Amino acid sequence: MKRLSLLLAGIAALAATPATAQTLAITGGRVVIGDGSEPIDNGTVVIRDGRVVAAGANVAVPPGAQVVDARGKWVTPGVVAGFSRIGLVEVDAVDATNDTRANTSPFNAAIDVAPAINPEATAVAVSRAAGVTRAVVSPSTGRSIFGGQGAVIDLGGDMHPITRARLFQYVELGEDGAGDAGGSRASAHLVLRNALREARDLGRRGGRPDDVLLTRADATALVEVLAGRQLLLVHAERASDILQVLALRSEFPTLRIVLVGGTEGWRVAREIAAARVPVIANALNDLPATFEQVSATQSNVGRLRAAGVTVAIGMINDDEARQVRLSTQYAGNLVALTHVPGATGLSWSQAFQAISSAPAEVLGLGGEIGSLRPGRRGDVVIWDGDPLELATGVEAVWIDGIRQSLENRQTRLRDRYRRPQEGNLPHSYDPR
Amino acid sequence: MVLNRLLPAAAAVAAILLFGCANQQPAPKAASAEPAAKSSVPRYVPPADPYPSTYHPYPGVPTAITGATIYDGEGGRIENGTVVMVDGRIQAVGGPDTPIPDGAVRIDGRGLWVTPGVIDVHSHLGDYPSPGVEAHQDGNEATNPVRPEVWAEHSVWPQDPGFSRALANGGITTLQILPGSANLFGGRGVTVRNVPGRTVQSMRFPGAPRGLKMACGENPKRVYGARNTMPSTRMGNVAVMRATWQRAVEYRERRARDPNTPRDFQMDTLVEVLEGRMLVHNHCYRADEMAIMLDMAREFGFHIASFHHAVEAYKIADLLRENNTCAAMWADWWGFKMEAYDAVNENIPLVHQAGACAIVHSDDANGIQRLSQEAAKALADGRRMGIQIPDEVAWRWLAINPATALGIADQTGSLRAGKRADVVLWNGNPFSVYTRPQQVWIDGALMYDMNNPRLRPVSDFELGQPGEGDTK
Repeated sequence: MKRLSLLLAGIAALAATPATAQTLAITGGRVVIGDGSEPIDNGTVVIRDGRVVAAGANVAVPPGAQVVDARGKWVTPGVVAGFSRIGLVEVDAVDATNDTRANTSPFNAAIDVAPAINPEATAVAVSRAAGVTRAVVSPSTGRSIFGGQGAVIDLGGDMHPITRARLFQYVELGEDGAGDAGGSRASAHLVLRNALREARDLGRRGGRPDDVLLTRADATALVEVLAGRQLLLVHAERASDILQVLALRSEFPTLRIVLVGGTEGWRVAREIAAARVPVIANALNDLPATFEQVSATQSNVGRLRAAGVTVAIGMINDDEARQVRLSTQYAGNLVALTHVPGATGLSWSQAFQAISSAPAEVLGLGGEIGSLRPGRRGDVVIWDGDPLELATGVEAVWIDGIRQSLENRQTRLRDRYRRPQEGNLPHSYDPR
Repeated sequence: MVLNRLLPAAAAVAAILLFGCANQQPAPKAASAEPAAKSSVPRYVPPADPYPSTYHPYPGVPTAITGATIYDGEGGRIENGTVVMVDGRIQAVGGPDTPIPDGAVRIDGRGLWVTPGVIDVHSHLGDYPSPGVEAHQDGNEATNPVRPEVWAEHSVWPQDPGFSRALANGGITTLQILPGSANLFGGRGVTVRNVPGRTVQSMRFPGAPRGLKMACGENPKRVYGARNTMPSTRMGNVAVMRATWQRAVEYRERRARDPNTPRDFQMDTLVEVLEGRMLVHNHCYRADEMAIMLDMAREFGFHIASFHHAVEAYKIADLLRENNTCAAMWADWWGFKMEAYDAVNENIPLVHQAGACAIVHSDDANGIQRLSQEAAKALADGRRMGIQIPDEVAWRWLAINPATALGIADQTGSLRAGKRADVVLWNGNPFSVYTRPQQVWIDGALMYDMNNPRLRPVSDFELGQPGEGDTK
């Protein structure tokens, strides 16, 4: 522990620099690589220049490395939130602080969330303190089926949150898509196909035809999607809607589709697997909250995975802007299902993978983040126990090899009100 | 009929005229075509309890769970414990020497945990059911900020699939279904047994007092302010509440003087509160507003049983203790609106540590499936800041404390001989994320069994639909 606190002081001095040239070795902990492999007892994780050099058993501590003793602890890659709107919102119901959607914008597909992301949003520090180090950030749709282009961010305590901007286009093709497209699913599909055709026409000799619905900016944004250079994240929940999403590739074979939601995916799991389309799913939907989720079950993720689908866990619900820290609890619940007859869950390692390397792989960033395999960003968390367990706390977080503060508004309020009664002066005068 | 012992005599007479006598329960008489002035028209005496509970316990068999870790719901813990259920009641709770009646079904509870059934004081199952379509939005009579005359039970759809999820995944045996928070006075809440039923009456907890839902803060002033009507501010909220309570005080006095005073269903509800027969459950996030509400309760002579969504309860935990008012809280919901901005993960243990009554509640069809997990998170966060609360004591937040807030602690909320046999057998430590209910009994009847697909309720809505009868 003394070593740890020394390190803390050292890192605090370096906090202003973007990456540390120092080498860090975290030793003696139960190491989780995050790629679905089993945890490794008494493992070592070595980080140099902000990247993972090695992790596992029998990893030597490089000479001169700063050593953090993690005996009795768990050491994992940081949690990757597979779907969120973190950084786009301070308080959901305060419109001026909510940048998730643009209801009256003249643009849709061209919208890029990156400039709107606020690394100082309270939810960033709150989530970081719970071990979340990266997040997929998606726009919501306004008055179009296209929400715009989303990013992957880090949750570090600096002003440079963007890992990858314009990584994907987000589109609604279920009940919400029908509403966005004027009232029917049929219209939503027509809007999508027409938009992709307009994007295709942009690159053709002779320019755009007379009859166009998209602004040039929106059509231009979709050129990347059409060419398969940018992922297309499609939100659909109903089994039949999912099949229609898979069918898009018969007309547009180069699309790189990721399904978002997919609550009824288990009923068409073989088709999803055959199409090699990955899914970012809500972990615990089990209510027919809408008519497109009538067959919802917590076994969805397990059944998809058993069918060979790559599945990541995301927050596709009201908690997407603030509560990505629930990812570990959600993953743990999927492990619980393995003890329920008739249910399908995930093994522990699969469950952790679903909140670390799986979302990274789904977004095409598996070589960068989401695991402790060599070469990945140095996003590491030390936990005081099993990271999926409810009682477990976070002891230390590094992002890009930089030690992070775990303090936030909530911890400050907690410390102020350890005792509700005021002293000689009101609480507002509390010294730190 | 239970009457408050402190009730002034005149008011007691009035109350009997108002609500009749439980022993006779005369049926409502049909309106006569004769002029009302004629003496031949029978006097209309309203029933004491209209829409009465028709709940009856389902059949059970004498059952004994042995060898389990028991949290009794009041703070006690027994290792290698035995729970005996007979005739729908807890017959005995104790160690391995506890006598087990001949012929009782014996369940080996070694490695398992037994707790009282989980109680949620704040649910909208049935009045905001799944699917959440417009036609099902029955929780807010948002046509006037003062609507104490509406009853949540008149909105509850017993076929909400959410009830079965709460049972199977959350071990919920009792819940209070409340009106929403659009109104300052949202209406009456109803406490139900979590059993499937054709009617809400067949779910209603017999003898449980009804609740009055009140709401502070952003919701009422937003809903009515947007219509350019009062209230549009927090001070407007308080002004309308005070004017309404003043009407209730005057109505009560008028009824006491003159039993022929025309009946006012709004005021009847509030009079029940003033006479201590109905419990106030107050949606209130901010510490300063809770303090105002406690003063208002003193001003008009009523008691607030619990604040719900009390995100800032930790700031005034001392006031809650002094006023004997519970705080029903989430573990970690925050930030969705301004009045939820100052949430801390340690809210529940901080309230507990101050000696006030802490409750974990859901307000959510998903959250109600994981109330024990919410308690576990809060407990762990509390321990990390140095508040050491044993697991079995923390279970009070899910058991005896909510039972007390609902006025049913003499019936359920703990594993005590003579109480209703509302029991959950968990397949592991119930504060672990890896644990689920294995079996759930309500009044000694086995209503859920993880290992028996036939003991997994399927609502009418789900019948004939994809996923019918699946594990959920």
